[in-house]
Amino acid sequence: MLEISGLKVFHGPIEAVHGIDISVPEGSCVALLGPNGAGKTSTLSAITGTARATGTIRLEGRDLAGLDIEDRFRAGISIAPEGRRIFANLTVFENLRMGAATRTDGGIERDIEEWLSRFPILGERRSQSAGTLSGGEQQMLTIARALLSKPRILLLDEPSLGLAPKIIGQVFALIEDLRHEGMTILLVEQNAGAAIEVADYVYVLANGLVTRHGPSGEFGDGSGLMGELTGVHD
Amino acid sequence: MDYAAQQLLNALSFGAEYALIAVGLAIVFSIMGLVNFAHGEVIAFGGYSMAVVGTVVTGNPLVLMAAVLIACVSVSLLLERVAFRTVRKADITTGLLTAFGVSIILQNLYLLLGSPRPISATQFIFLDRTLLIGPVHVSSLQIYETVTTIAAILFLTLFLKRSYLGIAMRAASRDFQMVRLCGIRANRVVATAFAISGLLAGLACIFIMARRGSVTPHMGFDPVLTAFIACVLGGFGSLPGAVLGGFILGFLEVGVLVLLPQTAGGLAQAAVFLVVALLLFWRPDGILTPATEKGDKL
Repeated sequence: MLEISGLKVFHGPIEAVHGIDISVPEGSCVALLGPNGAGKTSTLSAITGTARATGTIRLEGRDLAGLDIEDRFRAGISIAPEGRRIFANLTVFENLRMGAATRTDGGIERDIEEWLSRFPILGERRSQSAGTLSGGEQQMLTIARALLSKPRILLLDEPSLGLAPKIIGQVFALIEDLRHEGMTILLVEQNAGAAIEVADYVYVLANGLVTRHGPSGEFGDGSGLMGELTGVHD
Repeated sequence: MDYAAQQLLNALSFGAEYALIAVGLAIVFSIMGLVNFAHGEVIAFGGYSMAVVGTVVTGNPLVLMAAVLIACVSVSLLLERVAFRTVRKADITTGLLTAFGVSIILQNLYLLLGSPRPISATQFIFLDRTLLIGPVHVSSLQIYETVTTIAAILFLTLFLKRSYLGIAMRAASRDFQMVRLCGIRANRVVATAFAISGLLAGLACIFIMARRGSVTPHMGFDPVLTAFIACVLGGFGSLPGAVLGGFILGFLEVGVLVLLPQTAGGLAQAAVFLVVALLLFWRPDGILTPATEKGDKL
């Protein structure tokens, strides 16, 4: 589905990611773990086209080089970004409409209603300004917005960041549901334990390099990853 | 009664003109962060187009109105494509300097290809007649101006609330990159903002030409400067703020003229700006500053 090879990502003159290879098979959930500054969000930015990068990114065999942000989205890459980035000045319903802005089929309203019934709290607040939602509600909204385009792959950037433990459980339950529904997911997380639990395969990034990767079963409950995640080794 | 009604209509029509131009500035600023000081030259381009079409093609006012609107929208889109698109990702100062540069180039083009003296174009003068409504004498132009502005703002509000592109424009005023990450083309959103800005400039141009009956290279500069102050007063980037700022300025201008004694008439503009300064002391970011400026929760 998504094949990344030799990826280097730049922020101005600084190279944040130093040539990594990542593979996300269709229908799988792949987790990208690592401490702050490891290059996780930079990798997602390279995939969505918001950061300058070299190397190869292929989606279903199609090289994404030269495609701008909008064309990558239209190719099937959708992101629920870090910090959620909901449109605070739009209503919940309008935020969801933005997610389906490129669709031309007749099922948009039906799909929006489906998401609003899946998250009843959003349904109750459909006409309310999205900026007034709680952090957890905003996270649900941003994931629903990302999925309304019917993407080929969903990128989730730190979906648990800044949320209460109870809400984190709900977010990961949603990711688990999506995985069972066959959605291909690339998940960036610092909450290693929860990410390993929902992922099929795990990459660990540190200082812009993949330091370890393998099936999620090899990582246990994630507690052994603390060295890689913090960069402090015994 | 007659006097009070006339002054009220004066204030409304001044405010309407400032609001039309201010919304044109604000809609571009809210999306691009660009204060388009070349907006006045877009208005002047409409005036010159009217003069040329009126002389060469037809004097039919309806055709001329269409010509003014088409000319203003076209030149606005052209400026976006040629001048502003290239500096879209640059620093905000670069955009501001580009706008000043475009403004100066256009003014000099008008001087070179036209004339530094006013060029007559009087086909819209008929809009300005004295009407008797009950016991009150009013100017028909002021009524047209106020009603047109209210209608334009209502249509714009409907467009921004109901259409995909309108919702995208409101979203872009908050997070342009996220709009692109929803697959909506940046060029389309920005071009639409410039087209709307040009259309509003065209409407303002029609009323300015109806009042002046002539076009000069600098005719758009003063109204745009006042509209800029209206935007600052209302809260830059806020469309309702631009409308509110425009009408506040209109009422202030007329109010000061009415209240000041005749001997102090020369101080009218200074008095208006004093009140604006006091309002900005009270609300330094403008009256209706967008919520982002005050910090949202994530």
